Amino acid sequence: MTQLATEERVGPRRGLLHRLDVKGSPYLYIAPFFLLFLGFGVFPLVFTAWVSLHDWSLLSEEHTWIGFGNYTKLFDDPAFWNALWNTVSIWVLSTVPQLLLALVLAHILNQRLRGQTFWRMSALIPNITSVAAVAIIFSQLFGRDYGLINWVLGLFGIDKVDWTANTWSSHIAVSTMIIWRWTGYNALIYLAAMQAVPKELYDSASLDGATSFQQLRKITVPAIRPTIIFTVIISTIGGMQVLAEPLLFGGNGLTGGSDRQFQTLALYLYEVAFGRFDFGYASASSWVMFLIIVIVAAINFGITSRLRRS
Amino acid sequence: MRRRFTAVVPIVAAALLATAACGSDDGDSPAADDGPVALTVATFGEFGYKELYAEYQQLHPNVKITERITKTEDHHKNLAAHLATNTGAADIEALEEGWIGQFTAQPSKFNDLTEFGANDIKAQWPEWKWNVGASKDGKVIGLGTDAGGMAMCYRTDLFKKAGLPTDRAEVSKLWPTWEQYIETGKKFEAAKVPGAHFFDGPTVMYRSILGQAPIGLYDGDNVVVDSNPDVKKAFDLSALAVTSGLSARAEAWTPAWNAGFAKGTFATLACPSWMMAYIQTQAKDATGKWDIADVPGGGGNWGGSWLTVPKQGKHAKQAYELAKWLTAPEQEAKVFQKYGNFPSTLTLYQDPVIKDFKNPYFNNAPVGEIFSKSVTTMKPQYLGPKAGDINTQIINGLTRIEQGKQTPDQSWQQVLTDVKALL
Repeated sequence: MTQLATEERVGPRRGLLHRLDVKGSPYLYIAPFFLLFLGFGVFPLVFTAWVSLHDWSLLSEEHTWIGFGNYTKLFDDPAFWNALWNTVSIWVLSTVPQLLLALVLAHILNQRLRGQTFWRMSALIPNITSVAAVAIIFSQLFGRDYGLINWVLGLFGIDKVDWTANTWSSHIAVSTMIIWRWTGYNALIYLAAMQAVPKELYDSASLDGATSFQQLRKITVPAIRPTIIFTVIISTIGGMQVLAEPLLFGGNGLTGGSDRQFQTLALYLYEVAFGRFDFGYASASSWVMFLIIVIVAAINFGITSRLRRS
Repeated sequence: MRRRFTAVVPIVAAALLATAACGSDDGDSPAADDGPVALTVATFGEFGYKELYAEYQQLHPNVKITERITKTEDHHKNLAAHLATNTGAADIEALEEGWIGQFTAQPSKFNDLTEFGANDIKAQWPEWKWNVGASKDGKVIGLGTDAGGMAMCYRTDLFKKAGLPTDRAEVSKLWPTWEQYIETGKKFEAAKVPGAHFFDGPTVMYRSILGQAPIGLYDGDNVVVDSNPDVKKAFDLSALAVTSGLSARAEAWTPAWNAGFAKGTFATLACPSWMMAYIQTQAKDATGKWDIADVPGGGGNWGGSWLTVPKQGKHAKQAYELAKWLTAPEQEAKVFQKYGNFPSTLTLYQDPVIKDFKNPYFNNAPVGEIFSKSVTTMKPQYLGPKAGDINTQIINGLTRIEQGKQTPDQSWQQVLTDVKALL
């Protein structure tokens, strides 16, 4: 009764402002992020699509409309397909061992260890180093004549490997850099997920005589399946965009080796955009790359959701 | 009352944030001639200007110079990006001969230095150096700094071990042509000096041979890689040297190549004048082991730069004055003596300061004479806008031969396809 009276007394304008405040202010609070995203996320996406439909060179003032000319040129370009193949190969070589290692590492970190916090934090150290510095140091390690790795191989009587020269060796080298950087990070994510798994499951499994590895396979992995899916998707998105490692590996710069043997999609994009300044072609290639990443991530999601559906 | 107030706070806060974000600019107001002036100079490699900046700042106390040095390729790509976005370029930007064609093609982004009186000092440079620094319609955007010239640096100790002569006049006689250079190389390899090969790799050799031709990759506006026999000759000779087993397979400008100078992994290296500073820095303990002889094929040029003043700079007049001073004969002579960068100022070539200069690191070689001989006999070659990228593809082709992936013929066919894709 009193409430109605209050509202009647104050009038309709007060009611409107009040409603706006309750319903509208949440949107105002999240607006800054979306405004920034609109300006720095959506606009570049749309502008890139616009640029990709033109013959757009950074150095000239005029830009001619060529419709889908850049896209047809792209599908006929052997260098693009080569880059795609390299990207997929490096992605498989780096992501699969990396996530498996991360799982094992997280399982180990989950046990009661001395100095637990120290071990857990050290796992993240490779992740916080500068990408460029890591790539340069690893290039030296993989050097043909003076590299540490060839020296160690020599101790076992194996010939010097020219890591940058061959496709398989350069892919292994680049994948090693990526594995080194991201294993600890993914391990900590798995570790966090493992904290939510009830200890009773492990206790009863030990009582039944299950080994540590069996527990990992049968209890832990199904329990943290959503987290595994998350890391697979993130690794896919990141793995298809690898740029810094191939760019700085070996001295060849933009072509990713004398025969483009380790040129990834992102590096090819960079070569076209900042080597030839052909922004139209580079924009087309970046949109195709975006679509490929979406498709691959979706496939990955589909596969990992179906696996071990308990 | 309180509820209304709390609704207003986020709106006001957002408005304040917005105004703060669009707020300040640098607050740089154009200074008067005598007011404090801050100039940035962007270069690459080693121009040898550090001491000169200190000297200039003493002569002009109101000027403060900051230098920015980046890797050559990155420097030029960054400049292209800065010019396109109209912000971020330094007051003075150096340009190398491999890239200057790209920039003289769009002179509108640079100051025409004749407006500041550059025509008064035009006689300082050879005609070709002046012309390369100008656009087709006569706008002069660059003042010449150094010119590479060409010679052949060699290791006297390795030659001695291989039973080859070490005196530079005799060594020059060993290879009047590149074919004879390869023959000498085979003799060197036959002597099996441990840990050493005859030359470093195809990159430097290829660039040197190409630099000797009157017409290189570009004939006017056309790319003539497929039709110019001189380009094929440069490729074939380098490929032959590689397939004859003379190469140390050290890729140019990599850490392994740098290490090769100190460790003596290669016995010869085609060297333009700016390579001398490089060798001296990389192989500090090898004083007296390197010497300089004539280059096969006589003459030639690789490298050389210009200083430009982009229009987006705020102190064009003061920047021009600095550029003019840095490229003046006195300063270029100082740089040559300390760093070996050979001046493009032709008035210096008869000056005893250059003619009689001997470099103690290189066994007291008369470098002034050697390089002025090669620079005055050189035929200037036009380097078009995409020369850098085309050379990358050709060098990739030579590397593929070196890595054993393709035969010279297969590699050349792929080079032609790759070059066509660039155009």
